[in-house]
Amino acid sequence: MSDLLVILIPVFPLIAVLVNGLLGHRYSTDLAGRIAVGSIGLSFLCAVAVVAGVLSDPAPREVIAYSWIFGGDLHVNFGFLIDPLTAVMLMVVTGVGFLIHVYSVGYMHGEDGFTRFFVYMNLFMVSMLLLVMGNNFLVLFIGWEGVGLCSYLLIGYYFNKVSAAKAATKAFVVNRIGDAGFLLAIFLVFVNFKTLDYLKVFENANRLSVEMATAITLCLLVGAIGKSAQIPLYTWLPDAMEGPTPVSALIHAATMVTAGVYMVVRNHVLFDMAPVSMATVGIIGGLTALFAATIGLVQNDIKRVLAYSTVSQLGYMFLACGVGAYIAAIFHLVTHAFFKALLFLSAGAVIHSLEGEQDIRKMGGLSKKIPITHAVFLIGTLAIAGIPPLAGFWSKDEIMAHAFVHHHYVLYAFAAVGAFLTSFYMFRLTYVTFYGQSRVDPKVEHHIHESPRVMTVPLMILAGLSVLGGFLGVPPEHGWFHGFLESVATPVGAVTHEVDMGTLIGLMAGAIGIALGGWGLAHYLYAIKPGTADAWSERFAGAYRTLLNKYYVDELYDAVIVEPCKRLGRLWDWIDQHVIDRFIRGIDRGADVSAAGVTWTEKHVIYAGLNVIGYANHLAAWSWRKLQTGLVNHYAAVIVIGLFLITHFILVWLTGTSLL
Amino acid sequence: MSSGGFPWLTLVVFLPLLGVAAILLVEEALAKWVALGVSSLVFLVSLPLWILFDESTPAMQFVETHQWIASPSINYAVGVDGISLPLVLLTTLLTPLCVLVSWTAIQTRVREFMISLLVMETATIGVFVSLDFVLFYVFWETMLIPMYLLIGIWGGPNRVYAAIKFFLYTLAGSVLLLVAIIVLYFYAGKESFDILMLSNAEYPAWLQAWLFWAFFAAFAVKVPMFPFHTWLPDAHVEAPTAGSVMLASVLLKLGAYGFLRFSLPMLPNATQQFTSVVLFLSVVAIIYGAYMAFAQADLKKLIAYSSVSHMGFVTLGIFVLNAQGIEGAILQMVNHGITTGALFLCVGIVYERTHSREIADNSGLAASMPVYATFLVIFALSSVGLPGMNSFVGEFFVLLGAFLWSKAVATAAALGVILAAAYILWMLQRVIYGTPAQHMTSKLHDMNWREIGTLAPLAFFVFWIGLYPKPLLDVMHASVDHLVQKQAKVMVVDGGSPVSPQVIAANPSSPKTGDTKADAR
Repeated sequence: MSDLLVILIPVFPLIAVLVNGLLGHRYSTDLAGRIAVGSIGLSFLCAVAVVAGVLSDPAPREVIAYSWIFGGDLHVNFGFLIDPLTAVMLMVVTGVGFLIHVYSVGYMHGEDGFTRFFVYMNLFMVSMLLLVMGNNFLVLFIGWEGVGLCSYLLIGYYFNKVSAAKAATKAFVVNRIGDAGFLLAIFLVFVNFKTLDYLKVFENANRLSVEMATAITLCLLVGAIGKSAQIPLYTWLPDAMEGPTPVSALIHAATMVTAGVYMVVRNHVLFDMAPVSMATVGIIGGLTALFAATIGLVQNDIKRVLAYSTVSQLGYMFLACGVGAYIAAIFHLVTHAFFKALLFLSAGAVIHSLEGEQDIRKMGGLSKKIPITHAVFLIGTLAIAGIPPLAGFWSKDEIMAHAFVHHHYVLYAFAAVGAFLTSFYMFRLTYVTFYGQSRVDPKVEHHIHESPRVMTVPLMILAGLSVLGGFLGVPPEHGWFHGFLESVATPVGAVTHEVDMGTLIGLMAGAIGIALGGWGLAHYLYAIKPGTADAWSERFAGAYRTLLNKYYVDELYDAVIVEPCKRLGRLWDWIDQHVIDRFIRGIDRGADVSAAGVTWTEKHVIYAGLNVIGYANHLAAWSWRKLQTGLVNHYAAVIVIGLFLITHFILVWLTGTSLL
Repeated sequence: MSSGGFPWLTLVVFLPLLGVAAILLVEEALAKWVALGVSSLVFLVSLPLWILFDESTPAMQFVETHQWIASPSINYAVGVDGISLPLVLLTTLLTPLCVLVSWTAIQTRVREFMISLLVMETATIGVFVSLDFVLFYVFWETMLIPMYLLIGIWGGPNRVYAAIKFFLYTLAGSVLLLVAIIVLYFYAGKESFDILMLSNAEYPAWLQAWLFWAFFAAFAVKVPMFPFHTWLPDAHVEAPTAGSVMLASVLLKLGAYGFLRFSLPMLPNATQQFTSVVLFLSVVAIIYGAYMAFAQADLKKLIAYSSVSHMGFVTLGIFVLNAQGIEGAILQMVNHGITTGALFLCVGIVYERTHSREIADNSGLAASMPVYATFLVIFALSSVGLPGMNSFVGEFFVLLGAFLWSKAVATAAALGVILAAAYILWMLQRVIYGTPAQHMTSKLHDMNWREIGTLAPLAFFVFWIGLYPKPLLDVMHASVDHLVQKQAKVMVVDGGSPVSPQVIAANPSSPKTGDTKADAR
């Protein structure tokens, strides 16, 4: 029975995909929406039942659906692994996913392709569930590619927009680079363990040499970097904002982009054996956390600010993994899912009420006109900025404290500066959007309206989670959350650092100070002395433009990778037509010429003898003339005879045996 | 194993020829109905082959042997094993679809067109089931004629050039094949042309080397392997849709099939000696084909070059000489047949509307042709090798097999996977997204039921093989194991061969002490 419940979790949305996909055009969009949302609701309920089972018995449990592929000594099942880590991910994916689906019914109301949207969304849920539930690397990989596909389809949802199509392609191709790394990691795992099942691999992990563990984990890391938009493969995520806003919330904030973090934690047994990989994870995370935050400072598109903030927050999760704070990484993953989904969805509500406007320079003063949206957005901002006691404070503080206590001072510094910037740009976003003078287009101004209940209720639930979610992990390092995940996410061979209370409280106070500092600066620049920010951006025009243009990384990649690729393709096309083809035709012609040579010999040498009889002239002329006709079969006959004779002579020469 | 006496294979091979006779008797308007009926019947008749197939043995099944010519001993001998059966089924599946897609596209000489298609079916199935070398060669050469006609008569503006180029290239290869066959016959004792007997004979290493390259010339042109691929884009571009489908889905498989049926089992020493050369050419084909696909503005050329890249995976899988690689290669042959065939069908369907294969003329199709767009996206993603779809399983096996051989080779081939995503999605970006070209909008009506019926079966197989490939893999296991063990045996005897020891490790069942006689020199 409980096995069936596990299998049903991804099956419900799959049924919805098939029903809506094949029959969706026959009934109303209302019904299609209900089927889509209902299927996620049902899988949420199944997930709750399964998680309840895990709470009472946290031992890992495998559920095999069927035998998928085997060949040689490779045997892969379509199977699921249920353990506390999966349980946490299941709650996030189905819970937050359900709220976003409900919200989407309101947000997408009246759009063309409403049913198509939900088919893609449900397909995404299927893939994401496979990703977090799989009991082996290959099922994870199906989910991994599946979420990438749905991300591709949903980014390109507005298919008549060329920018959307480009962003979709970019997202998929950049992800593919990561996937190739992941694939190589899978092969390395198979070569070393002759299996792809997690449990068997982790059991025998101590068999690996440090070098091999490093190779495997670095390949895995390449995959994780692509999916979770870390340096240097982060550029697709900001462009992915071309998709509808619920997509940004579900895929590009709460779930898919965290898959890399999940994957690293899932494989922490391997990462623990490879200090080099761990250091790489930490450095990439720290750099990304800081780097993306600096870009977020100056962006003017409400969704792009949030996108860079997502990249940056994912950097914190990687940083946490890199210093061995796996539980903190997952903790931040959970709280981030709450508050980032909340921020995106309320940004969506803002955009919705402004009839599609995304530029914050054309907003302002919205707090009174859309009070609910304002309230929940503010809660999201407080949570991400790290203001206690909201969710983001606890998880981010834990990551920073862990880095400090374990002597990763440089990473701590990166995280601290990043936290200050995060607080600043998020409050900047809030101030510019909701306070001050309205800069809204007068034509839009009198249409501004609060969103319908179907959108605001999910927002309020997410706001509640963003306020309270952090208490799962209180007190730091010893909360309920830590107890629950201890069996699956404790670093192998970890040394417990007992730290005195004073240091911890000091670090906490520091984190609060940093968050408040960022808020204060934003308050000064955008409430007390508006205009200062513009003056600063003029004074530091070079720096400002560099940030505004995202350090020109996109341009760099275009010039160094994309364009040369296309040019190389065209060059090879030319070579193919003018060199290789000509070369091969040259061989043909060579064959023709040699055939002609044989014929010449025939005519002038062999038939010369026959001439005496008198037939020869006639025959030779006949064969010569025929040769000129260009008939394929005649060429062929000559070639056959020629080759046969050559082979014959070679054989006679080599072996003395005759064929004839 | 015998089939209980009923001559299933003969029926499958020659039923299309009966159809030809029927087409000659009915009036022209009925020709396509007869062709559709007969080819569908052939498909149905081929299903018992699969159902009755015994998966536990590598031996030939449904064998029929009748004397054809007494001296020299040439027989009509047919049979299938786990390597040829999937390819026979692929052929019988695709032929009715080729008839369907030509329903309205072919307006002139319909009778002759359908006859060509059916003759082609007989010839290709004949090649896959022949157990006698002469019979094989007869079918092998017969096949060229209908294909030559399909391109040369119903093709595009430059059809004559393309047809002759196709004919010359493949013929040049196959004459060497003929020479090799004759040499084999004489060396094995002039007793028979029986393929199995010739496979079990042993040939000295120096002769194997010569024969290997003779076979290689025939098969590499057919695959086509880099640098013998230049006939392919021309042939595809000029061929009518059904011709392209048959060419890509079935004809290209003959080359790879030849490697598996002849080069590997008959010339094991030479195979191992030269495998790195072939692997190198395969990897070059994978990457080169992908880059070429990037540069194309013509949809058919793009898919043609993607074929070069995908067939590179097939030859890669074959010549890594382990079970994963070869099973992946066979699966990939079927997958390529389904996916690339479907992509050519898609191009044909849109060409019927816009009369252009230029990507620029066929843009923004999602808005006006949503059903078409859905199918195109499915097949394009299958071509990219998305998990859950057919090509993924095949590519995964091939790459895994390659990885067991050499990490560098697999890494380079994995680059092809990235490039495939790039050129296919770039194509989709331009064809599906955006707004239609102004002068085309009125022509872009969505697919009708006949066209949906052409693509739907292939879409079904895309997902079936992707999600539950077991039935297909089960068919191959015994035959592939047999093939791999034969290689492993030679390898153990040879000792100093350039084969990575991991290949043996990957086949724990391979005997540790081989037959010393294999080392003839």
